[in-house]
Amino acid sequence: MSAPILSLTGVGKTHGNVISLAGVDLAVRAGEVTCVLGDNGAGKSTLIGIISGNHAPTSGELAIDGETVRLTSPRHALERGIATVYQDLAVVPLMPIWRNFFLGQELTRGRGPLRRLDIARMREITRRELAGMGIDLRDVDQPIGTLSGGERQSVAIARAVYFGARILMLDEPTAALGVKQSAIVLRHIRRARERGLGVIFITHNPRHAMPVADRFLVLGRGRTIGSFPRAEASIERITALMAGGDELDELLEELDRD
Amino acid sequence: MSTATPTDERIHSRGLFERLFVRPEIGALAAAAVLFAVFASVSPVFTQPASLATILYGASTVGIMAVGVSLLMIGGEVDLSAGVAVTTSALTAALIAYWFGGNIWWGVGLSLVSALAVGALNGWLLTRTRLSSFIVTLASFFMLTGLNLGVTRMITGGVATPSIERAPGYELGRAIFASDVPVFGVNIKITVFYWIALVIIATWILRRTRVGNWIFASGGAPQAARAVGVPVRATKIGLYIGVGFCAWLLAMHQLFAFKTVQSGEGIGNEFLYIIAAVVGGCLMTGGYGSAIGAAIGALIYGMALKGVVYAEWSPDWLKFFLGAMLLAATVFNVYLQRRAARGRAR
Repeated sequence: MSAPILSLTGVGKTHGNVISLAGVDLAVRAGEVTCVLGDNGAGKSTLIGIISGNHAPTSGELAIDGETVRLTSPRHALERGIATVYQDLAVVPLMPIWRNFFLGQELTRGRGPLRRLDIARMREITRRELAGMGIDLRDVDQPIGTLSGGERQSVAIARAVYFGARILMLDEPTAALGVKQSAIVLRHIRRARERGLGVIFITHNPRHAMPVADRFLVLGRGRTIGSFPRAEASIERITALMAGGDELDELLEELDRD
Repeated sequence: MSTATPTDERIHSRGLFERLFVRPEIGALAAAAVLFAVFASVSPVFTQPASLATILYGASTVGIMAVGVSLLMIGGEVDLSAGVAVTTSALTAALIAYWFGGNIWWGVGLSLVSALAVGALNGWLLTRTRLSSFIVTLASFFMLTGLNLGVTRMITGGVATPSIERAPGYELGRAIFASDVPVFGVNIKITVFYWIALVIIATWILRRTRVGNWIFASGGAPQAARAVGVPVRATKIGLYIGVGFCAWLLAMHQLFAFKTVQSGEGIGNEFLYIIAAVVGGCLMTGGYGSAIGAAIGALIYGMALKGVVYAEWSPDWLKFFLGAMLLAATVFNVYLQRRAARGRAR
């Protein structure tokens, strides 16, 4: 097994006296999809925040290529090769697709006060990259808000891949999508894996996790309640873990009795 | 759903007319044309070159500020202190000249520094406290208003600064900030040219530079922008500094044109700048608009301001008219925005 690109050791985060996350270990390798599962309040968002550079962990260590780092901002995380795609926050709806694609990493030409956006090249690359991801595109000048939810996620993924992300983290990319669009996004996740990216796929839906995941990390109440490879996973096992195992059984029995 | 044809048939559904109609400034342009036609037909004086120069001058005094304010609004914020900040800047220069004597250009220079600092402070407070810009700049609006009156009385004992006419460097300042430029025999105030230059620069920044991209993104979806590495905070602070610069430029014009500064001036003007920006297509919610639109908004203000005089109507109605324009423009803009967001998606 190759050395992990990103590894978390005993990572935790407390907000005042509330423990949001405690003792999480995670190793993400190139060409591997790690699914992070958990019910609401399990600590998924906190984990995303830590990996994306939005907030620092209060305990534990984060290492990239074996070197311990403190990520200070999303920009810093991006520079280290960690790209995050958020469910609703992936894009700026009123801006054209190509401006969204290059947002924060715009190509320019000329120098000094004449340094300007290389619009023709950015349009061309956007068109090409999206086509390469199998995204059927009408017009890169239309506001990205006119695309469907799945298409928007796809653009955000294509963007991360193009800009050389080594770790791609997806926050609930399929949560608001229909069946067909979810399938498209899952296909993009597979493509990203084939291109050698380490993918962190955060979801609360085991059915979406199963077809693409190589490893599973199940969180519950801020702690790791399961960490296992694909071979040991089943939808039943994950669902039971997420729902609190025994508690769920008890509840079901109770409902049966009524 | 049909994607069979390789030549994408869906692109052609967007005609020139429709493309034009999603531009933010189109509503303002139509309104300006109508307004011009109305005044031109009721008043023969209105279309004379000298009158047009006067209209442009009136428009430029709002337009210069509207450039900074429109960029700020595209970036998702407002500045209620923009009106009094102009007076603060003019007072700073005049009071420094009065207190220390010497060359007026010391005052001009230090006034620029303080105007930029006020802008930076507004922006910094906003990004630090994470309060809405309405509250932060409302506070600075009142503080600057009080400072203007208080400091002026403390230093001069009155409500206005003494004339700067005799200060060394005055003539140069007047030539740079308040002179007339003859164009085809018509004297046009130099502020008109500053205004046009600022609009061109702002448009260049918005459409052709990285910073422009960041401004739209910071206003349109700040969280998303931050997530992809846009320095949202720095962008917003920079926008407030831009407003500060515009305030300084207009203040220097007022200082050298009128020689003295009334410390109670400027209150309420911030709304004129906002009106110009909004009529010109800027959204209150940010992420949409243009500097050219704001310029057209300022032109509408200039036409209305002078038009009622040339048409010999009662100027009492000016404010009613401006309010009605604002309402109509906002309704239209929201409609346009929904349209743009929806696009041609079926």
